[in-house]
Amino acid sequence: MTTLTTEAGTIQRMRETFVHTLDRAMNDDPRLALVLAATALGPFARTALTHPNRVVNVGIREQLMITTAAGLALTGLRPVVHAPALVERAFGQLKTDLTHQDAGAVLVSTGASHDTPEQGRTRMAPGDIALLDTLPGWTVHVPGHADEVPRLLAPALTGGDRVYLRLSTRGNAAARPVGQGLVVVRSGSRRAAGTVIAVGPMLDRVLAATRELDVTVAYLATVRPFDRTGLSRIVARAGHADVMIVEPYLRGTSAHEIAEALNGRRHRQLGLGTLRHTEIRGYGAPDDHDRAHGLDTAGLARHARDFFLD
Amino acid sequence: MPATTLSRYADLPALVGLLTGNKKHQAAATTTLDVLWVLYDRVLDISPATATDPARDRFLLSRGHDPAAYYAVLAAKGFIDTAALRSWGEFDSPLGRRPDRTLVPGVEISGGSPGHGLGLGVGTALGLRAQGHGAARVVVLLGDTELDEGSSHEAITAAARLGLSALTAVVIDSRSSPLGRSGKIPDRFAREDWATRSAPGRDHDALHQALTAPHESRPLAVTVRTAARHPR
Repeated sequence: MTTLTTEAGTIQRMRETFVHTLDRAMNDDPRLALVLAATALGPFARTALTHPNRVVNVGIREQLMITTAAGLALTGLRPVVHAPALVERAFGQLKTDLTHQDAGAVLVSTGASHDTPEQGRTRMAPGDIALLDTLPGWTVHVPGHADEVPRLLAPALTGGDRVYLRLSTRGNAAARPVGQGLVVVRSGSRRAAGTVIAVGPMLDRVLAATRELDVTVAYLATVRPFDRTGLSRIVARAGHADVMIVEPYLRGTSAHEIAEALNGRRHRQLGLGTLRHTEIRGYGAPDDHDRAHGLDTAGLARHARDFFLD
Repeated sequence: MPATTLSRYADLPALVGLLTGNKKHQAAATTTLDVLWVLYDRVLDISPATATDPARDRFLLSRGHDPAAYYAVLAAKGFIDTAALRSWGEFDSPLGRRPDRTLVPGVEISGGSPGHGLGLGVGTALGLRAQGHGAARVVVLLGDTELDEGSSHEAITAAARLGLSALTAVVIDSRSSPLGRSGKIPDRFAREDWATRSAPGRDHDALHQALTAPHESRPLAVTVRTAARHPR
């Protein structure tokens, strides 16, 4: 695999890995079905030829895309839905047709918060996880490396629950262990100033930004259900119950989870992510938007110093 | 479930009465009563014994905002314990003002939010076909106002292209849509390559004929004419 590194991460081929993994899985598991809405037809062309009854392209009917998946699930199939920004577009269908019907599905998005900013705001979905967080019972994966995708996808394909897999073209130089909650990547001392949680694609820049601080850095690729037990344990070992979380989507999305995890102890927390109070009306490249949101390495280092050292 | 003593068409008003008690009797309960009875009594291959058979016919009540007639028919057919009807709408009751599929055996979808049922029918028909149960029918009952939802339009325009000949939409036309045009419902389905028929809402034989006479290999829309709730 060729890797390209930008200022803020390593280019990831997560979608290619997803397509390859699902194509193989559909050959082995007759329960699996794929629902598309006029995107990704090329990558899945072979799958559609092999399984014409289990690959459905509903055209740009994005409500029907989700509702069709729910109907498939009601008959016993395991639907996978793949589209950009699919949480925001048909949220009523996620609430009524999947969650309320208690129908399972695996939703796989591309584009993340701002993977293709030259396309403008309509291709940006930084609020997807905060929105999905209003519904009970969803598992949410935010991988930071393409090699993590099959490991997160495999149990999702064999299960029956509701899973959201958020793919991005951006991420880290190396895959990390996934599927087990928080993973400590760098341990602080007994007198550490606190704990930093790096979600998915944010890890490498968080490591760089906190290099000179005595903090524990933990990696998290599965953000729902949130690993409250793991966070409580990690924080208990640090000198201070101060937690900074860096999420590649809406700032503070996991603030309530951290508060719950640490509600037995006095603590401080700082949530970093994309800005809530303004819409960045710029095009350019993802790195430009990271800088605008303070999610580049320099911005994170500044926030971390202010939070842990002041 | 033991056979109920209230199992005939003539018993349905008494069953509806158990639900509604002294409360105001709502017209919508009875506009659907006859077509529901014909479906469960003469058209669909579903019973409490086959309620979890993967190849069973499916009935999806999309127009779920007043399910008294539906519950009455399910009780008459043995899906619901008659005693449960009296608890309609109470906190612990399985029977709400909108049905919940996780609480009532035989209820295929949690309906009532307009515009969701036909799409669920599309997905259900696709799922049955993919598993070799293409002969099972999927009947979705809608109200005319739901057709105003864009999600209904998405399902109407996709079903024939997807070749879903097992799918039937039963549209209760009570002329309730504020911007609707009476009599245009069959045109709308026909334009999207559905087979279309109409039947008066109280005529059991006509309803049966409309729902069962052979049709070309395409989805079927049956418009059921009822008394207008808001005549124009």
